[in-house]
Amino acid sequence: MAPALCAICRTSRALIIRPKNHQKLCKSCFIAIFEAEIHHTITTTSLFSPGDRIAIGASGGKDSTVLASVLKTLNERYNYGLELVLLSIDEGIKGYRDDSLETVKRNAVQYDMPLKIVGYDELYGWTMDQVVEAIGKKGNCTYCGVFRRQALDRGAKMLGINHVVTGHNADDVAETILMNLLRGDLPRLARSTSIVTGDANSEVRRSKPLKYAYEKEIVLYAHHKKLDYFTTECLYSPEAFRGSARSLIKNLERVRPSAILDVVRSGEDMAKLVPEVVSGVSHCKSQKVSLSSADGEDEGAGGCGSVNGRNSGGEMADMEKKLRQDEEASSREVDISASIPLSANSQKHDRIGESKPPQKMGKKLVRQTLGTCKKCGYMSSQDICKACTLLEGLNRNRPKIEIEVDVEDEESSTLRRRMEGIALGAG
Amino acid sequence: MESGNTIPIIVEFSGGLEMLFSDERKHKLSVPAKDDQGNAVNIGWLVQHLCQEVMKDSRKEMFVLDGHVRPGILVLINDADWELEGEASYALQPDDNILFVSTLHGG
Ligand SMILES: [Zn+2]
Ligand SMILES: [Zn+2]
Repeated sequence: MAPALCAICRTSRALIIRPKNHQKLCKSCFIAIFEAEIHHTITTTSLFSPGDRIAIGASGGKDSTVLASVLKTLNERYNYGLELVLLSIDEGIKGYRDDSLETVKRNAVQYDMPLKIVGYDELYGWTMDQVVEAIGKKGNCTYCGVFRRQALDRGAKMLGINHVVTGHNADDVAETILMNLLRGDLPRLARSTSIVTGDANSEVRRSKPLKYAYEKEIVLYAHHKKLDYFTTECLYSPEAFRGSARSLIKNLERVRPSAILDVVRSGEDMAKLVPEVVSGVSHCKSQKVSLSSADGEDEGAGGCGSVNGRNSGGEMADMEKKLRQDEEASSREVDISASIPLSANSQKHDRIGESKPPQKMGKKLVRQTLGTCKKCGYMSSQDICKACTLLEGLNRNRPKIEIEVDVEDEESSTLRRRMEGIALGAG
Repeated sequence: MESGNTIPIIVEFSGGLEMLFSDERKHKLSVPAKDDQGNAVNIGWLVQHLCQEVMKDSRKEMFVLDGHVRPGILVLINDADWELEGEASYALQPDDNILFVSTLHGG
C-alpha cells in the first residue's frame, strides 16, 4: 500500500490519523497543529494573563508531562509572559511515587522549571501507606483523591500561586460528563464542563488547558516528541486498569472517534441549560468559570495514580451503602427550582432560548454553596471539609468512616463498576 | 523479497503495557514468514502470538479483548498509526518496528 501523504504539507509521509476528523498528518504537521489548538483553547478562553504565575500539577505521567512541555513551548513562542512551576504531590506510597517523582525531577531540568513537591505527611500527618495500614486497602482511593485535590491547592498557596493547571484531557472530561449524565446530576455536569473552576474570589483557580485534546493525541504527541514520562498503576487500586466509564469511552471512540469531543460539546450545551444559581457556573463571562471545585467533586477521575488518576477501585457493599445514604439525603434536599429567579443573564445566554422555566426540569436541583472549612479554612461546601472529616476519623483510629453525602468518589466507583456491565457492541 | 523462513522484527510496549510483558519494553522476535495456512503473517497473527507465546502475565484481557487489541491501546507500525497501514491485516516485513502503547494508564 502506497504511503499516504500528509494532508497539510503534502510532502511528508502521514504517520498520524486524527481521531476527531480522520485527517492524515505527518509528524511535524501533527505536532504543530496539536500545539496550535491548545494555544487556541488558551486564547479563546482568556485562560492566562501576562505575569501570571502558574503551577502545573505534575505527576510524571503522560498528560501532565505533555501539558508542561506544551505550555513551555507556547509560553516562549507566543510570549504569554507566564512563570511556570511544577507542583507534585508525594502521597507517601513506597515504591510507587518514587519513580514518578524521579521523572518529575528530570522534567524540571528538561523544561527548566522550578519544582515543588508536597507530601501528604507534612500536610496531613499521614502518608497513604499509613492510611492503608489503618483502614486497609478498600476504599483508600477516596482518601488519596480527597487529600490530593487539597494538596495541589495547598501546595500552590505555599508557593503564593493562585492558578493550578492540570492535565485533564477530552477523554477525562467526556468520562465525567457521562457519569454525571447517568447520575442525573446536572449541576455537577455543568461544572465539570468548565475549563476553569474557581473565580477571582477563590484562593486557587483550577483549569484544564488540554480539555479538548484527545488522550490518543496526547500519547502520540509524547511519543513523537520523545517526552520523558512515567507510567505505573497505583499499587492500591489494582482494578484501575479494568472496566469503568473509560472503557465505554474507548469503545465509543473505536466505533466513532469523534464521539469523545461530541460528548464534551454536548456536555457544554447541557451546562448552558442549567440555571446559574444551581450550577454555580456563570454563563456571562467570556470564559466560562465555575464557582468552585472546593471538594474536588468536579474532577470525576481524581482518584489514584496521578493528578488525574482513574479511580475505579473500591468496594461494592460500601458504595451501595453510601448510595443509599445519598438517596435518603436527596429526599431531604430542598427543592429550590420553583423559586429560582430567572435572571436576565441566564435567559440571555440560554442558547436554546426555550421558554420553559427551569421548574420543568423534573429533578430536584440542589444549590451548591461555598464556604470554608471550620477546621482548616480550606474552601468547602460543608462546615467541615472532606479532608478534615476523613482525618478526624483516621485520627480517632476508626476503621470505617462514613462520610456525609456529596461524596463523589464512591459514587463514581459504583457507577464505573456498573458501567463495566454495559456491553457495547463495537466494530 | 524475503527468502528465509523467518522474519526478524522488533516489538515494543509502552504506556504501562510493558508490565504485562516481563517488564521488558523491547522484544526482538523472529516470526515465521507464513502462518499455518501458508499466508503471510500479519499484525493480527502477531497479536495472537504475543498473547499466547510471549505474554507471561495472565491478564490477557488487558492486551486483547474480544479478539481485538484492547480499545485504548495504540498500535504504531514503523511510527505510523496502524489505521494507515490496514490495521490487523498489515503483512509483517523484515525489520519492522511494531509499537503497542497504552493510553489507559494515569497521566
Ligand atoms: Zn505535514
Ligand atoms: Zn478542612
